[in-house]
Amino acid sequence: MSDDLITVKGLEKTYRTREGTRIHALSNVDFSVREGEFVTVVGPSGCGKSTLLKILAGTLRRSAGIVQMRNQQLEGPSREVGVVFQAPVLLPWRTVLENVMVPIEIQRRDRTRFRAEALRYLDLVGLDGFADKYPNELSGGMQQRVGITRALVHDPSLLLMDEPFGALDAMTREMMNLELLRIWTESRKTVLLVTHSIPEAVFLADRVIVMSPRPGRISEILEVDLPRPRTLDIINSPAFGHHVSAIRAHFQSLGSLDA
Amino acid sequence: MTDQDDELLETGTPSGGLWQACLRQPEIGLAILLFVVVVGGWELAVRLFDIPKIVLPSPSAVGAALWLGLSTDFPHHFAVTFLETLGGFVLGAAGGLMLGILIGQSRLMERTVYPYIVAFQTLPKVAIAPIIVIWFGYGMSSKIVITATIAFFPLLANTIVGLRAAPQDQIELLVAFTASRWQVFRLARLPQALPYIFVGLDVAIVLSVIGAIVGEFVGAQAGLGYLILQKNFNMDMAGVFAILIVLSVMGIGLHLIVNAIQRRVVFWMDSSSDKVMGA
Repeated sequence: MSDDLITVKGLEKTYRTREGTRIHALSNVDFSVREGEFVTVVGPSGCGKSTLLKILAGTLRRSAGIVQMRNQQLEGPSREVGVVFQAPVLLPWRTVLENVMVPIEIQRRDRTRFRAEALRYLDLVGLDGFADKYPNELSGGMQQRVGITRALVHDPSLLLMDEPFGALDAMTREMMNLELLRIWTESRKTVLLVTHSIPEAVFLADRVIVMSPRPGRISEILEVDLPRPRTLDIINSPAFGHHVSAIRAHFQSLGSLDA
Repeated sequence: MTDQDDELLETGTPSGGLWQACLRQPEIGLAILLFVVVVGGWELAVRLFDIPKIVLPSPSAVGAALWLGLSTDFPHHFAVTFLETLGGFVLGAAGGLMLGILIGQSRLMERTVYPYIVAFQTLPKVAIAPIIVIWFGYGMSSKIVITATIAFFPLLANTIVGLRAAPQDQIELLVAFTASRWQVFRLARLPQALPYIFVGLDVAIVLSVIGAIVGEFVGAQAGLGYLILQKNFNMDMAGVFAILIVLSVMGIGLHLIVNAIQRRVVFWMDSSSDKVMGA
């Protein structure tokens, strides 16, 4: 209990549409994330996985339930959290370094100290020498790396990622997954990553939270006991295939095959 | 055809650069050629058909009037109109920008104040110009106020639209990093609004010249608009045409200055600025 970073209990979210009808987006969601753990959330579109992430990021209010971080209620955005969205959403009028420094400016932290930190992380994601470039001079994969650096720079305990590589091509995506694992190993952050790709979810995670739609709820939490550090070869191992087909079978039984 | 080609060579040879530019981009040469043909045709038509001066002056007469004006009273009247234009532009643009920011930030302001502003905007400014002249007198201040009422709305409308142009996920990301309302405004909303604000400035600066002239038509003691009325009254058509040339040079110059500032400030929009212009 004490080494849980995130505790979610009985989480509910109901939207009200403009026409007044209610949409039950999340129903009775229970899980916890240990300090330093890599957890992925996988499910078909409409299963509420992005909603869950937004509630954890504090940009969306929950309807009911408990969301705790280090045993304290999480109300609104936290300085302890870094977020990465599917699009890099960089500010085009700022250089790479200035973009990375945005959380430092917002949170009024020591600029000189974190400037060095920012340059170190840019190094870590393979963007050394790009600090003074503008986003439109970078490829999509490089822009997303800037986004990841921005999420890491203020040294948050929790990294929330919403399909961070969803907009990239398959080859870049595999490479970015490997890099993410490397960054995770070196920075020792806790990561919660949302994806709709089952192999990606298995490849990255210590545990996979499998969600099902209407209303969005957790249908299974799967331990992935594949050895670390992981390489792309692991995708061909029987154990990997076993995990993937277990999750796929789960969705098939629910009749939602778009995942 | 031959003497036009000679003209081209004559203008091209001394500078060299222009001639080379014409070779690289033939459309520049064609544009100059078009100008020469139209003006030449005009001159020829006036002389050939003996058109009276008070109906259509020849280009050479306009040129002479322009030369005479520039060496006598044009500079003084130009200065008056230019100051009215600039003063009204700055006043109206600043007001439109500030009110636009207030309305763009608050739904309450939008619902309570904006309808009245739109109602005011539908009034033709020419129609209220006489009232403003009575209130502010025949000097420059009444022209500045009339110009300001015209320059105000393009800034207001574009600022309101621009402040909503920031993508939702960009704002959500800043909020997730614990940004305050003011920080979201400073980091995302205002910079995203800048391309729209510059479209407003560009429209407003050109309208400002019109505003100053309209004000001078209604009642003035100096300025290019006042001079046009005077020359019109004296049937000095060549003089009127010469003033029109001065006015269009002023308008084009101001437009180019706004564009140059825009390119420096909104440097990241260079390739996709067409999209905003169309909006």
